[in-house]
Amino acid sequence: MIFSVEMIYILMGIIVLGCSLYIFTDRTNSRRWTTGSFYLIYSITLMFGKIIPPFYIGLMVIIMVLIIAGGGLKKSEHMEESITIKEERRKRLGGRLFLPAILIPILTLAGSKLLADVKIGGKALLDPSNVTMVALGLACLIAIIVAMWMTRGTPTTAVKESRRLLESIGWAVLLPQLLATLGTIFTNAGVGTVVSKAVTSIIPEDSLFLIVVIFCLGMTIFTMIMGNAFAAFPVMAAGIAIPFLINQFDANPNHIAAISMFAGYCGTLMTPMAANFNIVPAALLDLKDKNHVIKVQIPTALAVLVFNIILMYFLVSLGI
Amino acid sequence: MVLIGVLLIMIGFVLRINSAVVVTISALVTGMIAGIPITSIITQFGEAFTTNRYMSILLVTLPVIGLLEKNGLQQQASKLVSKIKAITVGRVLTMYLLIREIGAALGLNSLGGHPQTVRPLIAPMAEGAITTKYGKLPEKEQQEIRAHAAAVDNIGLFFGEDIFVAVGAILLMNGFFEQNNISADPISMALWGIPTAIFAFIVHAIRLRMFDKRLNKRLGGK
Repeated sequence: MIFSVEMIYILMGIIVLGCSLYIFTDRTNSRRWTTGSFYLIYSITLMFGKIIPPFYIGLMVIIMVLIIAGGGLKKSEHMEESITIKEERRKRLGGRLFLPAILIPILTLAGSKLLADVKIGGKALLDPSNVTMVALGLACLIAIIVAMWMTRGTPTTAVKESRRLLESIGWAVLLPQLLATLGTIFTNAGVGTVVSKAVTSIIPEDSLFLIVVIFCLGMTIFTMIMGNAFAAFPVMAAGIAIPFLINQFDANPNHIAAISMFAGYCGTLMTPMAANFNIVPAALLDLKDKNHVIKVQIPTALAVLVFNIILMYFLVSLGI
Repeated sequence: MVLIGVLLIMIGFVLRINSAVVVTISALVTGMIAGIPITSIITQFGEAFTTNRYMSILLVTLPVIGLLEKNGLQQQASKLVSKIKAITVGRVLTMYLLIREIGAALGLNSLGGHPQTVRPLIAPMAEGAITTKYGKLPEKEQQEIRAHAAAVDNIGLFFGEDIFVAVGAILLMNGFFEQNNISADPISMALWGIPTAIFAFIVHAIRLRMFDKRLNKRLGGK
């Protein structure tokens, strides 16, 4: 392929590397060496993840977490620019500011839908293993070029601003990858089997309603623990849906599938383990309470969960 | 019992210990209890961390968003919305919820997103909708509005997604059933996601209206 996913990872790594270099040279940050090292190590894992043996990447991950644990990660002070300067810049560009921002989703869509199967000289243009990601990466590259041209900004400015945003996300930037790692270790250690055994042991085999409740609730709770519904589905479906709902009560798999996944998503809305959706945005929006997004989502999540349970119960019991 | 790892996570969150530290310790402890040798655990760390680099894709949007923000993107978004008559926080967010959910149902997941849409555009728009009426926002209300903006992105995405046939979730479930010799049909699965998607929209739209009323009461009463 011409544009591979690895290239996008290298791009991500370069951005983080640039941020770390600026942190090293920032004398106002009393922890600039440990903080800079954190981001430096992270950029290495991004750029060379495929090349460095996994054991050493694992060690690097642990070092990064140790830096966090030891308080070595400190947010630098960023001079908030005066409102007047920002207002002048805003007036100069006005609505045109939206152009690069809108380019990102438009080009990503165009790339992932229209260019997905394009081949040049026999090679696929975009890496087939993750077309959307490559499209997004290229879209952002084009968008940054347009943005720099429009704002007369330089790559240096872009990196400096990236640093500001990256530091506001802080250690939370590691969470999504760490949680996925945890999920893998849990699976390899057999946590899924233990949970499904525990759940199936308390099911009263005759009550359809209770089975539906435990199935949906199981999806929600398992998702809250693992941080993603995809990990919960095979465990819950194998442990409850197939033996009890489909085999015993003749449930239609197409009906219960989406509803059960949605029950899982209700869990995703309520758990800090879904870092990309709940914790990273809280950091991005400068929220004081990092669980604020979750708190807002809980009533909706619970309402939808109850709806799902009732809907599934009626679908199965009425034999639709 | 390997479930000690799960227990550690819950304790860690309750005690407000840094989540990254809690997750790492839990992974190490679970692996060790399960009898996996420590070198193997560390290697698995490395492998999983590398495989899941795609989860940090938001990094690639930082330069663009950062540069635009420096030039006043958020202020521009806020101004744009404040020109719309009878605009409220609830209406901005309900509109975005609709766009996000329908977009996801059509497979257009990239229409939204926290770093590229909520932070630079939607949150400022929501704030802009109310600052025209009441002037500068107290911090508590500002935080509340921002949290709602993020919540709307998630809810729209999650409950719109499974209506799109080629989405990962549907493919996962379809593949799972096929592996277990149960016949399933992705199109049918996707269609049966619609009732929940509609319900989620209605429930949350109602909550957003109630949020508007609460805001008016808190800010207008002063």
